[in-house]
Amino acid sequence: MALTALGAYVLTFLWTARVSLSSARIFPTGDFVGLGQYERLFRNARWLLSLQNLAVYALLFIAACLVLGFLLAVFIDQQVAGEGALRTVFLYPYAMSFVATGLVWQWILNPELGIQGVARRLGFGGFTFDWIVRQETVLYTVVIATVWQASGLVMALLLSGLRGIDAELWKAARIDGIPKWRVYLSIVLPMLWPSLSTAFILLFVMVVKLFDAVVAMTQGGPGTASEVPAKFIMDYLFGRANVGLASAASIVLLLTVLAIVAPFCYARSRALQRSGG
Amino acid sequence: MAVLPPAARVRPRKPLLTPARLGIYAFLLTAALFFLVPLYVMLVTSVKPMAEIRLGNIFALPLAPTFEPWRNAWQAACTGLECEGIRGGFWNSVKITVPSVLLSIAIGAVNGYALSFWRPRGANALFAVLMIGAFVPGQVLLYPLVRALAAAGLYSSLPGIVLVHLVFGMPMMTLLFRNYYAALPQELFMAARIDGGGFWRIFYSLMLPMSAPVMAVAAIMQVTNIWNDFLLGLVFAGSDNLPMTVQLNNIINTTTGERLYNVNMAATLLTSLVPLALYFFSGRWFVRGIASGAVKG
Repeated sequence: MALTALGAYVLTFLWTARVSLSSARIFPTGDFVGLGQYERLFRNARWLLSLQNLAVYALLFIAACLVLGFLLAVFIDQQVAGEGALRTVFLYPYAMSFVATGLVWQWILNPELGIQGVARRLGFGGFTFDWIVRQETVLYTVVIATVWQASGLVMALLLSGLRGIDAELWKAARIDGIPKWRVYLSIVLPMLWPSLSTAFILLFVMVVKLFDAVVAMTQGGPGTASEVPAKFIMDYLFGRANVGLASAASIVLLLTVLAIVAPFCYARSRALQRSGG
Repeated sequence: MAVLPPAARVRPRKPLLTPARLGIYAFLLTAALFFLVPLYVMLVTSVKPMAEIRLGNIFALPLAPTFEPWRNAWQAACTGLECEGIRGGFWNSVKITVPSVLLSIAIGAVNGYALSFWRPRGANALFAVLMIGAFVPGQVLLYPLVRALAAAGLYSSLPGIVLVHLVFGMPMMTLLFRNYYAALPQELFMAARIDGGGFWRIFYSLMLPMSAPVMAVAAIMQVTNIWNDFLLGLVFAGSDNLPMTVQLNNIINTTTGERLYNVNMAATLLTSLVPLALYFFSGRWFVRGIASGAVKG
C-alpha cells in the first residue's frame, strides 16, 4: 500500500518534470523542447515578480511570527492572570481557514469602510491607511493578516519549550543577579532551538503554500502587485492553459524549497541524534 | 497545552503591581486586542442590517441586531449561479472531510506501523520520499493528479476529492504514526512475533489499542486541514461537491450588486464553526496536533 501510494508521488513528480520539458499548452504533448519553458519562465516578468514577492513575504512573515510569537510566549510565561484565556485568544486564528480570515482582513483594511474610514469619520481627516489598494504596500497587508493567523502557533510551540526549561536555571540566574531579559536572550533563546526550528519549518511550509490568503484578500492585485508563485502556477495551469510553463514553474518552486529545507532538516536531525533525541 | 512541570508551579509569585508587571499586562492586552478585532468585527457585522453598515463604522455595536444575515448566508446567499446559501457547501465539506479523515488515519497508521516495525526493504528511501512529500508545494502534483483522475473517471467527483486528500495527507500521517510507533519499546513487538502474531494480528491486537493519543492528534490535524482546504476543493471537487470554503469565496467575490457584508461575515463565521469548535473543545490536543505537524527527527 505504501509503495503504490508513494509510487504515485514519485510518478506525478516525474510526470511534471517531463511536461516541463515539453511545449504542452492545454494537453501534454510528447515533444521535447529542452529547457525552453524554463527560459520563457525566467523572462516572464510576472513570474519574477512573484518570486520577489515570495522572498520579501517569507522574510517579513517568518521574522514577524517568530518575534511576536516569542514575545507572547515570554510574557505569558510571567505567571499572568488569565493565562488560559490569553492563550486561547492568541491561538484561535490558527484554527480558521485562510479563506475566511483573508476576507475579514480585506474588509478591515478596505480604505472606505475599514480602519481608515472609521478614523476619518472620527475626525482624523488626514488619516491614511490604504495599503491594500496600493501596489507598493499591498504585500504588507498579506503579511499582517497571515502573521495574525500564525503567530499564535509559534507562541504555543515556544511556550511548551519554555515550560520544559529547568526551574533551577532561573534560581541560579537570580542568585547571580543576572537581569531577566539577559537570561532570556542569552540562555533561554538558544535552549529553545528545537521549538524554534519546528516553528520555522511550519512557517516555511506555509510561505511556500501561500495561495488562499492572497486569493481571498487581493486576488493577486492591484494589478499583479501581490502575485505569488502558487497563484501564478494555478493561473497558468487552469486559467491560461499553459501546462508546460506552469510545470516548469512548479519544478522551480520545488527545487527552491528542497534547497532551503533539506540542509536545515539534515542539520536538525544530526543535532537531535547527538542530543540522543 | 503544555503540562506545567511541578518545579515551575512553586516559583514564588511576584508582587502584583510593579511598573514591569503593568508593562507585561499592557503588552498582552494590546496583543489580545489585535487578535480579537477580526472576530469582533465578524460578529457585530453579521448581526447588523445593511443600512447600519452603510452608515456606521465597522467597529460600532449593532443598534438593531438581526439574525437575518445568518439565515441568508445559510440558505439564500448566491454561491456563483445558485442562490441556496452555504448549507450545501456545509454538507459537501462534511461528506469530504469524514471519509478523508478516517481513511487517511487508517492508511497513516498502517504505513507508520509497517515502516517502524517491519522495516521493509527500501524503508529509508520511502522515508526520504515522505519527508520531501511533506514539503512539496501542492502545485507540483496538481496537474498529473487531474489527468490521472480524469483517466480513471474520478475527476470532479466525491471519491476523487477524497482520494486527493488521501494522497496529500499521507506523508504527514505516515510520519506522525511512524514517529509514535518508533518510540514504543521494540521488545513488545518481538514478544508478539514469538507468540506467532502476524502483520495484521499484531496491528489490530497490539498497536491499535495503544494508538489512541496519536489518533486524536491525527484526527485534529486532518479535520482542520481538510475542512479548511481551499485549493484542492477548488480543483478536484467539481461543481456538485464544492466544499464550504470555495463557496464562501464565491459568495464574497460575487461582483454583481451591492456587497452584503453582513451576509458575508455570517457565512465566514458559519464556515469557521467546525474548526473553531474543534479548537475550543480539544484544547491541549489541538496544540499537540499542530506541534506534531512539524516533521521530527
